[in-house]
Amino acid sequence: MKLITVAGPPSCGKTSIILRAIEPLVASGLKVGVVKFDCLTSDDYLRYEQAGIEVKTGLAGGLCPDHFFIANIEQAVQWGQREGFDLLISESAGLCNRCSPHIKDVLAVCVIDHLSGVHTPRKIGPMLKSADVVVLTKGDIVSQAEREVFAFRVRQVNPKAAVLPVNGLTGQGTLLLQRHFQSAAEVTTLNDMRLRFTMPAALCSYCLGETRIGPDCQIGNIKTMDFS
Amino acid sequence: MTDTSLLTQSLHQLLSERPYVRDFFAALNLTPPDDEISLGAFLDGIPAAHLEEFALDHATLTSQCVDFITQMEAFQSSETSTVREVTIKAGVDKSGTKEQQDLILRSGEVVCVVGPTGSGKSRLLADIECLAQGDTPSKRQILLDGQVPDENRRLSGEQQLVAQLSQNMNFVMDLTVREFITMHAESRLISDVAERVEQIFTTAVDLAGEPFTLDTPVTALSGGQSRALMIADVACLSASPIVLIDEIENAGVDRRRALDLLVKEEKIVLMATHDPLLALSGDRRLVIRNGGIAAIIETSDEERQGLGQLTALDKKLSRLRDQVRHGERIIFDLQQLAE
Ligand SMILES: Nc1nc2c(ncn2[C@@H]2O[C@H](COP(=O)(O)OP(=O)(O)OP(=O)(O)O)[C@@H](O)[C@H]2O)c(=O)[nH]1
Ligand SMILES: [Mg+2]
Ligand SMILES: [Zn+2]
Ligand SMILES: [Zn+2]
Repeated sequence: MKLITVAGPPSCGKTSIILRAIEPLVASGLKVGVVKFDCLTSDDYLRYEQAGIEVKTGLAGGLCPDHFFIANIEQAVQWGQREGFDLLISESAGLCNRCSPHIKDVLAVCVIDHLSGVHTPRKIGPMLKSADVVVLTKGDIVSQAEREVFAFRVRQVNPKAAVLPVNGLTGQGTLLLQRHFQSAAEVTTLNDMRLRFTMPAALCSYCLGETRIGPDCQIGNIKTMDFS
Repeated sequence: MTDTSLLTQSLHQLLSERPYVRDFFAALNLTPPDDEISLGAFLDGIPAAHLEEFALDHATLTSQCVDFITQMEAFQSSETSTVREVTIKAGVDKSGTKEQQDLILRSGEVVCVVGPTGSGKSRLLADIECLAQGDTPSKRQILLDGQVPDENRRLSGEQQLVAQLSQNMNFVMDLTVREFITMHAESRLISDVAERVEQIFTTAVDLAGEPFTLDTPVTALSGGQSRALMIADVACLSASPIVLIDEIENAGVDRRRALDLLVKEEKIVLMATHDPLLALSGDRRLVIRNGGIAAIIETSDEERQGLGQLTALDKKLSRLRDQVRHGERIIFDLQQLAE
């Protein structure tokens, strides 16, 4: 089974481009499954089911969704193999700009939309920096100049990635994305494989449930700002 | 340039030859000093704690920095080799019938694409955009300057052939006209940024008819002004050799002049239009039917002569439009209008 991790900020068009890109693959007889990782709620399963795609949803609740992802992805891979998928795609909402679900030797796709502004590529960190393919959505509503500046900024942050504009509504531009999907590596287990980036752990007292404010309550990895 | 020779170069030299290196460090919250320290020494001197914030260590940072410079160099050199000729080798329509002929698009040419919605215009465009190699439903193949494009470059998406201008597009950046054009010019790594900004601004104001200033925020421009700025910017700054224009019809800009500008800047202009006036200003019309190119019509001399009459008619119509716009009552004599 091939595995692909797709990550990107909320509402950037992940589900749209995944559905568009797998449409012809499914039509050609490939069995595709999706695992959606989100924080509090997600309706994405409805759209996948409507397209006849089998889907599981995992909600991280109070955890960083990427930490939650990595603790569950091996189980997802085993589920995918039991179901006999040819291709398993994980869709995760990149909410924590410091973490990223991308795994070494697993095709890593990052989705960002042009509306998020030209400073976004620098802000979103490892999720973009460690991706093999960067998909740029919603180019249909911004100017050509903004599209070119955006793509340039993405290449500055990740010079090695393929940068592909895709329209999530019409599917324009999905052919090359499909070609990347088809070249994804086969996996049987992720055990002993590695994340592309270290994820900072829950390190301070607040991660562990502290709610009181004050220096006495701050234990662990605390970083303070300079207000002088 | 080899990795080691890059790393031994002084920052002073590096920054003067490659000002974009500043961007690499800006993304890491660092400002490289403009002095004789070598790039390698500067990288080594960055505290590990600072790098940790970006989930980096020294080895990764060094390789990323070298990759960045190599990529930007490649980007800069690909700029100088603009595609002048795009060949679309015949494929098949939706019924599998072979198209009649190959098509060659040349820079400085205006080609109209005609056919009802759903006839296959997007399919043709998509083939050009993804540099189809017989691997799309149409089985068409795209050649650039007569050559099969490199497959790795194709998959990397680094060569965007088509710049698009359509009515749905808006500016979303919160910048003034000057800042906006400057940002685009900088991302193209050109040297004469200020000059180019001035050129595009003057051209845009000229096309728009209604004046605006370099300090106007782009989001405050009127529809016509936005369109004019987009056209001038695409003509003078876009990296793509082909410009696709969708519905220039009621754009509030001087359409003929817009086309002349794009042609002068050596673009291949593809225009989806059913407006006879615009269609006749093209050199050829591609007739799209059932997913295929059904015919290629060269604009004839007779049609060109008719263009004169059409233009006169169009002038009269636009006078009527002005009367409506200015709240006047339309006084006209149909006989006179037809003359
Ligand atoms: N105009 C335009 N809209 C798009 C495009 N791609 C997606 N959208 C719209 O953007 C909205 C969000 O798209 P989704 O595919 O649900 O985004 P997502 O990243 O999966 O969202 P979450 O999973 O909720 O984080 C939808 O309304 C889409 O129709 C595009 O290329 N152009
Ligand atoms: Mg989604
Ligand atoms: Zn996190
Ligand atoms: Zn914490």
